[in-house]
Amino acid sequence: MVFLIIVVAIVAWVVFAYNRLVSLRNQVDNSWRQIDVQLKRRHDLIPNLIEAVKGYMQFERDTLTQVVEARAKAVSAPDQASRMAAESQITTGLGKLMAVMENYPQLKADGNVLKLQEELTTTENQIAFARQAYNDVVLDLNTRIQIFPTNLIASNFGFKAAEYFKGAPEEQAVPKVDLSMTTPRA
Amino acid sequence: MASSNFRSLEATNRRETAVLVVAFMLLFGALGLGLDFAARDIAIIDGQLIGFPVLTIAALVFAGIESIVSYYSGASLVLLSVHARPLTPDTPKHQMVLDVISEMATAARMPAPKPYLIDDQSPNAFATGRDPAHSVICVTQGLVDQMDREELQGVIGHEMSHVADYDIRTMMMIAVMVGGIAMLSDFVYRWMFFGGFGARGRSNSGRDNQAAVLITVAVIVLAALAPIFSQLLAMAVSRQREYLADASSVEFTRNPRALLRALEHIAKIESPLKQGTAGTAHLFIVNPREGIREDSEGFLANLFSTHPPLGRRIARLQALLGAAGAGTLDAQADADTSASS
Repeated sequence: MVFLIIVVAIVAWVVFAYNRLVSLRNQVDNSWRQIDVQLKRRHDLIPNLIEAVKGYMQFERDTLTQVVEARAKAVSAPDQASRMAAESQITTGLGKLMAVMENYPQLKADGNVLKLQEELTTTENQIAFARQAYNDVVLDLNTRIQIFPTNLIASNFGFKAAEYFKGAPEEQAVPKVDLSMTTPRA
Repeated sequence: MASSNFRSLEATNRRETAVLVVAFMLLFGALGLGLDFAARDIAIIDGQLIGFPVLTIAALVFAGIESIVSYYSGASLVLLSVHARPLTPDTPKHQMVLDVISEMATAARMPAPKPYLIDDQSPNAFATGRDPAHSVICVTQGLVDQMDREELQGVIGHEMSHVADYDIRTMMMIAVMVGGIAMLSDFVYRWMFFGGFGARGRSNSGRDNQAAVLITVAVIVLAALAPIFSQLLAMAVSRQREYLADASSVEFTRNPRALLRALEHIAKIESPLKQGTAGTAHLFIVNPREGIREDSEGFLANLFSTHPPLGRRIARLQALLGAAGAGTLDAQADADTSASS
């Protein structure tokens, strides 16, 4: 009888631990898709933004082309690694573009530009927060895969530790930015 | 690490909500029973209960219906009572608020709450709803006008944390129950002084009369104290959650400066919220009522406040900002480990 209870308890625990791992793995996949959605949204925004500002910014050709080229590279990237490299180039390029836009007061009068800028700002933040959320779940999953005794189940059922999303080094040094040019303090 | 924190908070909140509903039903039942005795439609004669406790049943049914209604439409009731309307992207600043809500939802790994707006110049915000999928975040026009993007992130992050750990459910039930208890207490007074008070003529012995008077006094005292106690409960329950939500906001934004700047700004502003009623005060990020926002401390000031002193909340955030790695709060440790990962 006691033996039976122990067996049932162990089986129940295995089922529970297995399901928890599956749920975490799905959360990791889902969090990754959230990042992907935002990266795609950024791809869609870039041509509109370039179109809107290039009339004003004749002298910033280099910055503009850098962003456009990085986007083209990201869209046509053959594998994940090169795509992520291109994405972080986009982030750097857009950061630079936003900074030089400060030098063009005419842009602040253009409602369309302001609207695109807000959209881009929120997309950049979404990417940063989605990445942060992704890394949080990866931490959860990896911890569970490594700690005893869940690691026995993880290794038997082939759960693999997920990889953290690491940005480019220069990107990591930069804190989340407020790209909006409005200073709405009343 | 962070998500398991929220899970345990969620479990606590589920339990507390259940306890609250039971306590609420018991209070109503007790008052109903007292009224039944006072109105003499039931009596205990020779150890036998005679009569039908119609008022007890009515009170219990009322409490039951109110609990169910507040669970499913408490958010709409709260929004109605503060005159909130849906927030639409009609101005760039409103668009920014919508964007920030969606950003913080991503950071918290939660569905985005429905955005609402109160037309009031006092900067404030609250979140409510029965669970994250049915949650709302409500901001005042004053908050929208006076906060920049970073400060908004801090405030909305604070509200998102109330959503994520189910504080919103507990606080919403409390809001509606405080209202229900005030209504019941009012009803008992009207009943006692203008109605049923011994009106039914059932001849009783002197001893029974004495008992009836005692019960009547007990009912009056209970009815008088219930609103005060329910207020104190709302305050106690909400106070301890505010520090926690501040810490979680920092965990979401990874930026203690955001909420710190917002609270410092709000601390300078004196104007109270016009729609801030006693029943909903505990929902807001800072106490919306006049005269109780000052940084008075001590037992009494603590007992009668829905929020910890703003000065102390600011001090804690400053500690987070200043002492990096000192680990004064759990969230600091959390934010550090996750940020470096």
